[in-house]
Amino acid sequence: MTDPELYAGLNEIFRQVLDDDTIDLQPSMTADDVEGWDSMNHIFIVVEIEKRFGIKFQAAEMEELKNVGELAALVRQKSAARA
Amino acid sequence: MRGPDLHWLPTQATWSQVLGSVVPGAEAWPALCALARTRIDSLETRTLDRRRQRLVPEPPPGLAAPPIRLAILASSTVDHLLPAIRTGGMRRDLWIETHTPDYGQYTQALMDPASPLHAFGPTAVLFALDTHHLLGGIEPGGTASDVERHLAQIADDLAAQWARARRAFRCQVIQQTLLPVFEPLFGSNEHRLPGSQFWAVQQLNTMLRQRADAEGVDLLALDFAAAGDGLAAWHDPALWHRAKQEVHPSAAPFYGDLVARLLAAAMGRSAKAFVLDLDNTLWGGVIGDDGLEGVKLGQGSALGEAFVAFQRYARDLSRRGIILAVCSKNDEANALEPFEKHPEMVLKQSDIACFVANWTDKAANLRDIAATLNIGLDSLVFADDNPAERAIVRRELPMVAVPELPEDPTLWPSTLAAAGYFESLRLTREDIDRSAQYQANRQRTSMMASATDLKGYLRSLEMRALWNRFDRIGHARIVQLINKTNQFNLTTRRVTDEEIAALIEDERALTLQIRLTDTFGDNGIIAIVIGLFEPGTRDIRIDTWLMSCRVLGRQMEEETLNLVVQQARALGAERLIGVYFPTPKNGMVRDHYQRLGFIPSDDNGTRWELALNDWTPLPTAIASEAVNISRTP
Repeated sequence: MTDPELYAGLNEIFRQVLDDDTIDLQPSMTADDVEGWDSMNHIFIVVEIEKRFGIKFQAAEMEELKNVGELAALVRQKSAARA
Repeated sequence: MRGPDLHWLPTQATWSQVLGSVVPGAEAWPALCALARTRIDSLETRTLDRRRQRLVPEPPPGLAAPPIRLAILASSTVDHLLPAIRTGGMRRDLWIETHTPDYGQYTQALMDPASPLHAFGPTAVLFALDTHHLLGGIEPGGTASDVERHLAQIADDLAAQWARARRAFRCQVIQQTLLPVFEPLFGSNEHRLPGSQFWAVQQLNTMLRQRADAEGVDLLALDFAAAGDGLAAWHDPALWHRAKQEVHPSAAPFYGDLVARLLAAAMGRSAKAFVLDLDNTLWGGVIGDDGLEGVKLGQGSALGEAFVAFQRYARDLSRRGIILAVCSKNDEANALEPFEKHPEMVLKQSDIACFVANWTDKAANLRDIAATLNIGLDSLVFADDNPAERAIVRRELPMVAVPELPEDPTLWPSTLAAAGYFESLRLTREDIDRSAQYQANRQRTSMMASATDLKGYLRSLEMRALWNRFDRIGHARIVQLINKTNQFNLTTRRVTDEEIAALIEDERALTLQIRLTDTFGDNGIIAIVIGLFEPGTRDIRIDTWLMSCRVLGRQMEEETLNLVVQQARALGAERLIGVYFPTPKNGMVRDHYQRLGFIPSDDNGTRWELALNDWTPLPTAIASEAVNISRTP
C-alpha cells in the first residue's frame, strides 16, 4: 500500500463520517484541525478504519496517537502485520 | 467481522449518486425512503439520516401514520443508534423524532414534570438500559435466594419506571432485554453458581418477559439478536471501555430496524399477507415442464427437504394469523396439481386465501390479490426466487416488500425471520382464526357471485351481530383493531392500552364492539365505535368508527348505526355528530355518513349530523344480540 493509497482510504472514511467532501488529511493534522472530529466521531472513524483495512486496534493504541501521521503509520504497520 | 446487517434488502450500486441527486421538495421524502429500503451499512445510514435532516427538516404531508416521538431512556451511549432508528422509520414511511435525556438521568427526567423529556411529550418510550448498569451489583458468593431477591428487586424497579412512563405519557413502552455481555465463571453448569453475572442476565431476561406480559410492555429482544448473530457482532468490549457504547456501531442499522418494527407494529403497520411464487419457490423445478414426479419436494434430496421446510415456515406463519396467497406465472390447472396430488406438499389449497396463477404480469396480480383480500399493497410481502421478477415488482410497486432471497432455499426461513415483516405484539384469538375466516369469506364471495338476488343472499347468510360495550376481555383486540385499521376507518385515531382501559370504566362513553357470525362461521370482531359527549351538549361525537373490510356490502354499516343510535339514546343524547378525517387510505368511507342519512354541517365533508328524535332504525338482514362477545362464542 503506497502513501497516496493509504491517505485516499483515510480521506474517504473521514469525508463520509464527517460528511465533508473538502477534507484533505495531512500528516501533521490533529483533531483540532478537522471540523467535527470529536470523540464521538472518532469512534466511528476507528470502526470504519478497522472494517476497511481489516485490522483491530488495541485499547491503548488509540489513546497514544497525536496526529494523522501517527494514525496512518499505525494503520500501515497493522495492515503489514496482517498480510 | 461482519456485523448483523440488512441482508434481506437489495443492494443498490448507484446509492451514493442517487442520494447526491435528491433535491429539496415534495419528492425528497419518498426518494430518501426508497434509499432507506436498500442494504445500507452504519455509515450510509448516518449519511442518509443527515441528508434527510437537511432536505426534509419537518414531517412531510401524507405520511403513512402520524409522526412518532420516541424517547430513549439509556444508561450509556446510544447517540450512535439514533440515526438508524430514524432511518428504520423511513423504511416504513414513518417519521420518528428522537429524544434522549442525558444518560443515567432517565429516572429524574421521568419524575420531573419540568424536564425536557416531558416537554418533548413522547408517543413511545424505549428503556435501553445496559447490562452493566442493571447487573453490575450482582456478585458471586451470595446464596441463591439472595440473588433471586436482588433480581426481583431490579425487575420491580423497572416495572415502577414503566408505570411512571405510562402514567406520564399514556404511550407504548418498550423495554430492551439485556445483552449477555458477561463471561461465565463456571462453564456449562453456570446456573449452579449463585451470583454469576452471566447467569443473572438469563434470569433477569426471563423475569422481564413475565413482567412485560403482565404490564403490557413490549420487549426489544437484543438477547435473541445476539444469539443469532453472535455476541461479538453486537458488542465490542473495547468500544464499551472507550465510549460506553454497549451496541456496536456496525449493528446500528439492524438495531434501528428492530426498534422501528416495534413502533410500526403498534400502529398496525406490519405486513398482513405473505404472497408466494410457486415454481422454484415452493418446490424445485417447473411444474409445467417437470411434471408432478419431476419437481423436487420432500425427502430424497436436501433441496426437496429445504422446500418442505420453507413451506412449513409459511404454513406456521398462517397459523399465527398471516394470510397466505399465491401469485405465479402458470396455467392454473398445472399450478394447482401439486396442491391436489403431491403427497409432500405441506401447504394445502385450503391454506391459501387467494390463489392467482395466470400469465398476467405479477404487479397487476399483486394488485388483484390486495384488492381481493381487502388489504393495502403495503401489507404484502412477496417471495419469488427470480431476481428479475423481484426487481420488476419493486419498481412497479415500491410499497410491496420483496425480500432478496439467497440462492439456497435452506436460508429462506431465516432470511424472512430476520426481515421482521410480520412483527407482532399481541396474539389474539382472531389471529389464530384468521385463515379460516378468509377462506369462509371466499366461499361467501363465490356464493354472492352466483346469487342474483342480493337480499335473498343476505338473508340466507343468517347473520347475527353480537355486540357489547368495551370490556376487559376484548381489551387487547380492541386496541389492536383500532391501531391497525386503515381503510374503513373514519378518523384513523390511534389509542393506547390505557385509553381503552379508561373507556371501559367510563359509563358516559358510548363504546361498541360487534362480532358477526353467519352460516359460514365466525367473522370475529368486525366493528368498533367510540362516541363521546361534546362538552355541555346533548351531542355525541363519533370519535372512532371502524369496520373490517371483510364484511363490506352486508348491511353491517346500517346495523352498526342502529346499535349506535340505540346506545346514544340510552345515554340521553339527542344528536350524533359524525366525523371524517381524510387520509391517503380511507377514501372508501368519504361518503359513509352521507349514505347513512347524516346531514353535512360543514363545507368540506368532515362533520356530519344526525338528529335522533324521530329517527327510525334502518332495515337490515342482520339480527342483533347483546352478549359477552369477547368470550369464545
